[in-house]
Amino acid sequence: MNPILKAIDVRKSYGTFEALKGIDLEINRSEVLCLIGPSGSGKSTFLRCINQLEIIDGGALWINGQLVGYRRVGHKLYELSEREIARQRLATGMVFQRFNLFPNKTALQNVIEGPTQVLKLGRRQAEATGRELLDRVGLAHKCNAYPIELSGGQQQRVAIARALAMNPTLMLFDEPTSALDPELVGEVLAVMRDLARSGMTMVVVTHELGFAREVASRVLFMDHGLIVEGGSPEQILNSPTHARTREFISAVLS
Amino acid sequence: MLLEVDRQLAKVDHAAHTEDLSHLEHVRRRHIGRYIGAAAILAIALWIILAFAHGQVEWSVTGRYLTARAILIGVGNTVLLAVLAMLFGIAIGVTVAIMRFSANPIIKWAALAYVGLFRGIPSLLQLLLWYNLALVFPTIGIPGLFEWRTVDVMTPFVAALLGLGINQGAYTSEVIRAGLISVDDGQYEAASAIGMHRLQGLRRIILPQAMRVILPPIGNEFIGMVKWTSLASVIQFSEVMHASETIYYANSRVIELLFVAAFWYLAVITVLSLLQSRVERYFARGAGRAAQSR
Repeated sequence: MNPILKAIDVRKSYGTFEALKGIDLEINRSEVLCLIGPSGSGKSTFLRCINQLEIIDGGALWINGQLVGYRRVGHKLYELSEREIARQRLATGMVFQRFNLFPNKTALQNVIEGPTQVLKLGRRQAEATGRELLDRVGLAHKCNAYPIELSGGQQQRVAIARALAMNPTLMLFDEPTSALDPELVGEVLAVMRDLARSGMTMVVVTHELGFAREVASRVLFMDHGLIVEGGSPEQILNSPTHARTREFISAVLS
Repeated sequence: MLLEVDRQLAKVDHAAHTEDLSHLEHVRRRHIGRYIGAAAILAIALWIILAFAHGQVEWSVTGRYLTARAILIGVGNTVLLAVLAMLFGIAIGVTVAIMRFSANPIIKWAALAYVGLFRGIPSLLQLLLWYNLALVFPTIGIPGLFEWRTVDVMTPFVAALLGLGINQGAYTSEVIRAGLISVDDGQYEAASAIGMHRLQGLRRIILPQAMRVILPPIGNEFIGMVKWTSLASVIQFSEVMHASETIYYANSRVIELLFVAAFWYLAVITVLSLLQSRVERYFARGAGRAAQSR
């Protein structure tokens, strides 16, 4: 089976700072991959490279076998146009740390914005799907609420519904619970757990080791722009081989 | 020694607190300054009103010309010019504001140069320059395809529209730029993440949010524009100011006709102000109670 995502020697620098120093990775269908590591280790940067919010400086990325950001003609790679990049982004859904809901639109309007404006679906069809999705994240009763009227956890669940509305093959979560009050973390993780059970392929940057242990099919530990080690949750969280991983995990758990 | 004083003070204090004060009358403080201030303002207002009432103003003339045909046409022209010049200015402003964010340094510099140039020259002067454009460009058009004599194209209306609109665009671009900056970066990213390209995100997501910040100053500038149109009287465009002037040159009722013009400016701007607050409420959706209740 072809991997959903394949990365070979992906590199990204900001000026002289190397955020990613060569990431190699394959993710298969229905895998739930949790990226853990200290801040500044490059996990979020890698996620943003997958979604082309950042342009990679070296290496290559494929999603569904399609080269990300470039078209290969003969021995050259030609940069895609801005519109082609926008079209490629449809394969991935992104959930941000700070939700980034559109504040001037209701929950339902947030969810149907992409389907109606980008996928050009009819309003009625988009609304029907939108209501279903909001129901799926437990917010059927909040369709007409504006983001400011929702709690952080509810906003993040709307954001997940908004990403799902584009029918992505790969869902990316960038520290989805880091901006939440502790008592609201659970409701968001519950939605993500359901999503994982439904067979969605997910890459989750997170500090929630409990979630990683329970839901992840694979956990990767990143540090200084590199994947230090990866494996099953038990393996990485219980008996990591690298000292750096051990330090990080005991620091998070204490 | 000090301790003794403290103790005595505490005793007095204690006594004051325990005494029953509920039967005493409460006397409010008199703000004499306020009475004096209010009286002064009323006196000045009365003085101004009396001055105008007894002055050499024939109010019946003002009343008669208020709805004169020439004046009403002038009001119509004022509103038309103000609205078109403002729309023109906003169109330029949006374009130039977006150009300021361009990655291309030439485009960025062109936008900066435009703002610098047109903000730096008085509006009246710009109007006159446009009106006299024929001195620099005798003809306008694409050579071989079509060509017009500039004096035919550059009517007072066109010159005023260009002069005011292009000048306005320089100011409006700064207002719109401020609005675009005010929208969180996360909104651009969220728009991208649902597959929108840059212009789509700008139009659907960013601009509607920026409107909240943009509208109050734009409303302010629209009001300014209504008054700037009076400059067009200088190049013989028959807006309400020019219409009043033409009449008072003939009948010498200067102050009466100036009041006619003043009345209409005030009327148009009052209506605009009311419209502005309604539009602002529309764009404040989802922005919280404080913004909506304004």
